[in-house]
Amino acid sequence: MLTKSQAKIFFLAGTIIFSVLFLGLSYDTHVNKHDEQTNADKITPEVVAGKHLWEANNCMGCHTIFGEGAYYAPELTKVIERRGAPYVKGVLMSPTPWGEYTSGRKMVAYGFSEKEANELIAYFEWIGKVDLNGFPAKPKYEIKKTK
Amino acid sequence: MKYTTQKVAYWFFLSALGLLALQIIYGFIMGFAHMGMDVLHDFIPFNTARAVHTNLLVCWLLLGFMGSAYYIIPEESQNELYSPKLAYIQLISFLAVGVTAIIAYHFNWWEGRKFLEIPRPLDYLVVVNVLAFLFNILMTLFKGKRQTTTALVLTMGLLFSALLYLPGMIWFDSQTLDSFYRWYVVHLWVEGVWELIMGGILAFLLIKITGVDREVIEKWLYVIVGLTFLSGILGTGHHFYYIGAPSYWLWIGGIFSALEPLAFLAMALFALNMYRKGEKKHPNKTALNWTLGAAITSFVGAGLLGAAHTLPNVNLYTHGTLVTAMHGHMAFWGAYAMIVLAIIAYAMPNITGRKLFNNGISQYAFWLSNIGMIGMTVAFGVAGVAQVYLERILGVDFMETQKEIEPHFLVLVLCASGFTAGVTLYIINFFKFGKPTDEALVAAS
Ligand code: HEC
Ligand code: HEM
Ligand code: HEM
Ligand SMILES: [Fe+2]
Repeated sequence: MLTKSQAKIFFLAGTIIFSVLFLGLSYDTHVNKHDEQTNADKITPEVVAGKHLWEANNCMGCHTIFGEGAYYAPELTKVIERRGAPYVKGVLMSPTPWGEYTSGRKMVAYGFSEKEANELIAYFEWIGKVDLNGFPAKPKYEIKKTK
Repeated sequence: MKYTTQKVAYWFFLSALGLLALQIIYGFIMGFAHMGMDVLHDFIPFNTARAVHTNLLVCWLLLGFMGSAYYIIPEESQNELYSPKLAYIQLISFLAVGVTAIIAYHFNWWEGRKFLEIPRPLDYLVVVNVLAFLFNILMTLFKGKRQTTTALVLTMGLLFSALLYLPGMIWFDSQTLDSFYRWYVVHLWVEGVWELIMGGILAFLLIKITGVDREVIEKWLYVIVGLTFLSGILGTGHHFYYIGAPSYWLWIGGIFSALEPLAFLAMALFALNMYRKGEKKHPNKTALNWTLGAAITSFVGAGLLGAAHTLPNVNLYTHGTLVTAMHGHMAFWGAYAMIVLAIIAYAMPNITGRKLFNNGISQYAFWLSNIGMIGMTVAFGVAGVAQVYLERILGVDFMETQKEIEPHFLVLVLCASGFTAGVTLYIINFFKFGKPTDEALVAAS
C-alpha cells in the first residue's frame, strides 16, 4: 500500500518536474517563437497606443479578442476583414451608443478622436494578422436570411 | 482544542457574504442585458457590471480563504494567531482596496484585462495586503506546536497564489504575451494552487466531521494535490491554442488538461469514502452537506464541464462563447464557493456557541442554491451550444445569433432567482448565530 511519505514524494517530484517543463516551454514560446508567429516587428507605436486604449476602456468587458473576454458583443479578432476600416472608424467615433438603433444592445459612446480611432484600427489590423492556429474557424455552412 | 483568536475568522466570513450578495446583484444586471433589457446602460454599462461581478467573486472567495486560514491554522498548529490586530487591519484595508476598485469601474478606471481589471496602483496595495496576511499565518505556523500536512498544503496554496499574481502585473506590447501571462494568474490559480487551498480546507473538514484518522486523510491529500499539478500545470496549454502561441500547445494542452478531471474525481471519491468510513456521529449535518457537495459539484462543474470543451478541435468552436460561461459558473460555485460556505457552516457553531446545526433554513439554503445553480448552468449551456451552432457552424452574424438565444436568458434569470433565494437563506441563517464570543471558544476547548 502507498505510504504517506511516498504520496509526499509523488507530489513534490510531480510539481518540480512539471513546473520546470512548463517554464521551459514558456521560454521557448516567448523567446523563440513569439516574434515570428505574431509579426512582432509590426507592433508599431500606433499599435501599442491602440492597445492602451483597448485596455484603458475595458473593451474586453463586452467583446472578445483572440476569443478572450466577454460574450456580450462581437468577436473582434477579424473585425477589419469583416467590416472594413471605415465602418470600424464609424463605430469608434460615434457620439451615440453604437447598436442602440440596430440591435438594442449598446456600446459605450466613446466618441474617439480621429487619431485615437486610427490607433485602435492599427491595433485591430495587427491583431487580425497574427497566426492563431486556425481560429476563428470558417463556418461550415453559409446561411442566407430569407426575411 | 479551540483558540480565542479564531474568532477573527467571523469578520472575514461576514465580509465575504456581503460581497457575495453584491456580486449576485450585478449578475442580474447582466442577465437582463443579455435578454435585451440593458436598461442601466447609462449608469452601469455591461463591461462595468461584468468587472464588478467577477472581481467581487474573486474578492469574496479570497476573503473566505483568508478567514478559513485564520480559523484553521491556530487549531492545526495549536497556537493562538500571531497577531489578531494585524488580521483586522488587513481585513479593513483589503475591503477598502476592493471597494475602491469596484467604484473605480463605474468611472471607467481600470486595466481592461479579463479578471485582472484592478487598476495598477491598487495592485500594489493588494500585494502589500497579502504579504501582511501571509506573514501573520507563517508566524503562527512557525511558533506553533506542530506543523500538519493540512496546514502546510493550505499555506502553500495561499503562498503560491500570491506569487502567481505577479506575472499578471507586467505590461506587454503584444496582446499574445499579455494573454499568455494572464493565464499564469487565472488558470494556475483555479486549476492549480487554489486546488491546494480547497484540498486543505476539505481535509480539515473531513478530519473534523468524519473522525477518520488524520494520517489516512493527509496521505490522500498529497495524492490529490499531486494529481492537480501533474495535469494542471501543462494543462495551462488549453488556453494557448488560439492566442498566437505555437501549435505544440494544441497537443500538450489537450492531453494534460484532459487529465485534469482526475484530480477533481479523486477529490470527490476521497470525500465520499472518508464519509463512509467515518463514524457519522458529528451533529453538524449542514457542514457535511456543503463539504460533500463541494467535492461532488466541483467534479461536475470543473472536471466534466471543463473536459467537455478542452480538446482543441472542440475548443476551436466553443472558444469564447457562452459555453465557457456555463462551465465558469458551476466550476467556481462547486469548487470554491461551496468549500467556503462549508467551512463557514462548520465554524459558526464553534465560534458563536450557538448549536444551530441543522434546521429548516439551512436545508433550504443548501438545496435551493444548488438546484438554482444547476438550472443556471443548463440555461448557459443551452444558450452556448445554440450560439456555437448558429454563429460558428452556420455562419449567422454574432448579433443575430444573440437575438435568437435571448429566451434562454429568461430561464437563466428564473433559475438565478431560486439560487438567490437559497443564498439569502444562508445569509439569514448566518445572522441567527449571532456574534463570536471568547466564552464559546474557551468552552469548546
Ligand atoms: C458596453 C459594452 C461595450 C463596450 C464597453 C464596447 N463595445 Fe464595441 N460594441 C458593443 C456592441 C453591443 C456592439 C454591436 C452593436 C451592433 O452591431 O448592433 C459593438 C460593436 C463594436 C464594433 C463593430 C463590430 C462588428 O463586427 O460590427 C467594434 C469595432 C467595436 N465595438 C469596438 C469597440 C472598442 C474598440 C471598444 C473599447 C474602446 C468597445 N467596442 C467597447 C458593445 C461594447
Ligand atoms: C445569481 C445570479 C447570477 C447571474 C444572473 C449571473 C450572470 C452572469 C452573466 C450574464 C455573466 C456574463 C457573461 C458574459 O460575458 O456575457 C456572468 C459572468 C460570470 N459569472 Fe455570473 N451570474 C450569477 C452568479 C454567479 C455566481 C454565484 C458565480 C460564482 C460562483 C458567478 C461566476 C461568474 C463568472 C466566473 C463569470 C465569468 C465567466 C466567463 O468569463 O466565462 N456568477 N455571470
Ligand atoms: C475549479 C476549477 C475551475 C474553474 C474555477 C474554472 C473556471 C473557468 C473560467 C472562469 C474560465 C473563463 C476564463 C477566461 O476566459 O478568462 C474557464 C475557461 C476554461 N476552462 Fe475552466 N475552470 C476550472 C477547471 C477546469 C478544468 C478542470 C478544465 C478541463 C478539463 C477546464 C477547461 C477550461 C477551458 C478549455 C476553458 C477555455 C474556454 C474558452 O476557450 O473560452 N477548466 N474556466
Ligand atoms: Fe484552464
